[in-house]
Amino acid sequence: MLRLEDMKITQGGFHLRADFEVSQGARVAVIGPSGAGKSTLLGAIAGFVPHAGRITWRGDPLAKDPGARPVSILFQDNNLFPHLSAAENVALGLKPSLRLSAPERARVHDALARVGLDGMGNRRPAELSGGQQSRVALARTLIRARPLLLLDEPFAALGPALKAEMLALVAEIVAETGATLLMVSHDVADARAICDETSLVAGGVAHAPQPTGALLDDPPPELRAYLG
Amino acid sequence: MTQARVLTLVFASVVALWLLALNFGAVGAVALRAEGLTGLRASDWAAVRFTLLQALLSALLSVALAIPVARALARRRFIGRGLLITLMGAPFILPTLVAVLGLLAVFGRSGLVNDVLGLVGLGPVNIYGLHGVVLAHVFYNLPLAVRIILQGWAAIPSERMRLAVSLGFSPTDRLRHLEAPMLREVAPGAFLLVFLICLTSFAVALALGGGPRATTVELAIYQAFRFDFDMGRAAALALVQFGLCLGAGVLALRVALPSGLGGGLDRPLPRMDYRARAIWGDGVLIALAALFLLVPLALIVLRGAPHLVSLPAPVWQATMRSLWVALGATVLTLSFALVLAHAILALPRFGAAALEWLGLAALAASPLVIGTGLFLILRPIADPRDMALAVTMLVNAGLALPFALRLILPALRDVAATQGRLATSIGLHGAARFRLVTLPRLRRPMGFAAGLTAALSMGDLGVILLFADAERATLPMQLYRLMQAYRQDDAAGAALLLLLASLALFWAFDKWGRSDATA
Repeated sequence: MLRLEDMKITQGGFHLRADFEVSQGARVAVIGPSGAGKSTLLGAIAGFVPHAGRITWRGDPLAKDPGARPVSILFQDNNLFPHLSAAENVALGLKPSLRLSAPERARVHDALARVGLDGMGNRRPAELSGGQQSRVALARTLIRARPLLLLDEPFAALGPALKAEMLALVAEIVAETGATLLMVSHDVADARAICDETSLVAGGVAHAPQPTGALLDDPPPELRAYLG
Repeated sequence: MTQARVLTLVFASVVALWLLALNFGAVGAVALRAEGLTGLRASDWAAVRFTLLQALLSALLSVALAIPVARALARRRFIGRGLLITLMGAPFILPTLVAVLGLLAVFGRSGLVNDVLGLVGLGPVNIYGLHGVVLAHVFYNLPLAVRIILQGWAAIPSERMRLAVSLGFSPTDRLRHLEAPMLREVAPGAFLLVFLICLTSFAVALALGGGPRATTVELAIYQAFRFDFDMGRAAALALVQFGLCLGAGVLALRVALPSGLGGGLDRPLPRMDYRARAIWGDGVLIALAALFLLVPLALIVLRGAPHLVSLPAPVWQATMRSLWVALGATVLTLSFALVLAHAILALPRFGAAALEWLGLAALAASPLVIGTGLFLILRPIADPRDMALAVTMLVNAGLALPFALRLILPALRDVAATQGRLATSIGLHGAARFRLVTLPRLRRPMGFAAGLTAALSMGDLGVILLFADAERATLPMQLYRLMQAYRQDDAAGAALLLLLASLALFWAFDKWGRSDATA
């Protein structure tokens, strides 16, 4: 279980409070207006944004070092190293030294195959389409197998059909790994598609996740304002 | 073709013609006078070997030491960090004679090191010769290399750093995936730059070398010119020097490939290292580097301060002359560099490459080669002494141009690559584009380039020795005369004055460049 205990973020004139828990294996959409702090919330959980209060996972406070947290995060952009091949980018999730044993290489191969990139391991990111690049990044989270998966709109630049494909892939991955998912989205359809719960970030507060269907069918005033 | 583009290309042609005349006209004059290389003696070839050896050692040591120091500076934040980085610019812009006096105060016969060695019954160590020349060059170029490599670290996109941190990279992983690729791009350029600078070393060899075993080709040119009055041999040596620099310059061009690592948004750098041991190691490295740089400078200040106010009038007159030369050279260099950089981006591939090569060609032309050439050209038509200051200003501007171009061109390329399409798509051209899009991103390299040029010109001791007499001496030349005359107190005071003037010029320009750091 992920707990945010009286967490407060202050950056200049920006404030965000959060005090809630996310149960293990939940799939939570994080929605809200631009600039409300959705990315900042994920950044704090990933360890990039300083905050007051505590964030715990299964009762233990998270490590200071973002790399030591039980977290995989995909950013809006720059999720791949342009000078490394697709396979190497995936392998970073296993061993950043890239000194892989034969079984580990096989796992990288399987992960690439799992996201539909069989045989493309030697390509550089520049030789891949936007959707394929997203698949590489997802393959890395698959192989890293951290219990918390944070998606900060990594598919925002993709077309609707491609985005739907990626979301389906994400749903499969979290179903396989049992990971807890927090996913920033601008599109309530995304939330309905794969997230059973939704957290609204608005007015300086990240609200506790609610069942998605109920929340969207009967939105509170802030959400109504956002949905228009 | 827009009007701005036409103007750019016209200005660039003028600059290019001038550079051709400076670099190759002078060499042409030298070649005509040289009568082949038959006039060279065995000692002259020894000077060639010594020049290569000391430049190689100096460049290797400077870059090898700069990498860990730059790394430590890149990942630590502490009070005084900005000041230290500014000071890292100091030795390179430090007038050579001032640096030599500072190093003598530490490593010289009656310097600090020998005082300490004497206490434990060792020594004395002798600073003159190969190791002294290399020491002075490392003192000079280590900070330059640190700053270049530090810029490489700063240029690693913070998004990529963030990704590395989120994947839990160890320091070794980071070295392999982020830092080694950056160093492969940056370090060879830094190495060759230092190598080139040391290849044309004159004043250091003049002060710390000399004799058959430690004479650079530059120094040999000066000696043939001034003491043997052997113009033919001086010209032959100048040709050899030109050949050496040309070879290294061609290499440098092949190494200076454009960066493929840029293009990230400027988010703040995430904290990289959580281990206490790394913090201590970095602290020790930074402290050692700072001591190596600051102690000689501190001694210059301490020894010079009591004699500053009592300096004789000729020193102050020489200071005014040097200031004018420095400011004139700075205006010329920046204008040249901006015009060339814009033209290089505007031209098709072949033209751009030729222009870039021409802009950097001054690296291959040593000051004394150009000085010898200009002297040979001017002597039949005018008294070279009357031309001393103008020639010094022009030569300084030409010599600083490669540094300015090296700093400004990559930044301009980066602006064009990241924001060029956006600017073009909204119809932003000409002066407005320069002011709104280009200048904010060029301020830092421009400020740094202007600071370098002004200070280099202020402290330059080279061409002026071939041309001027006492009436037209610049401050460095005046200082050299005081040292020659063993007027230690006046020399200490003049050294401090020269140091202050050079640093003030650099500081003012660099500060202008940094004043808008968020852009």
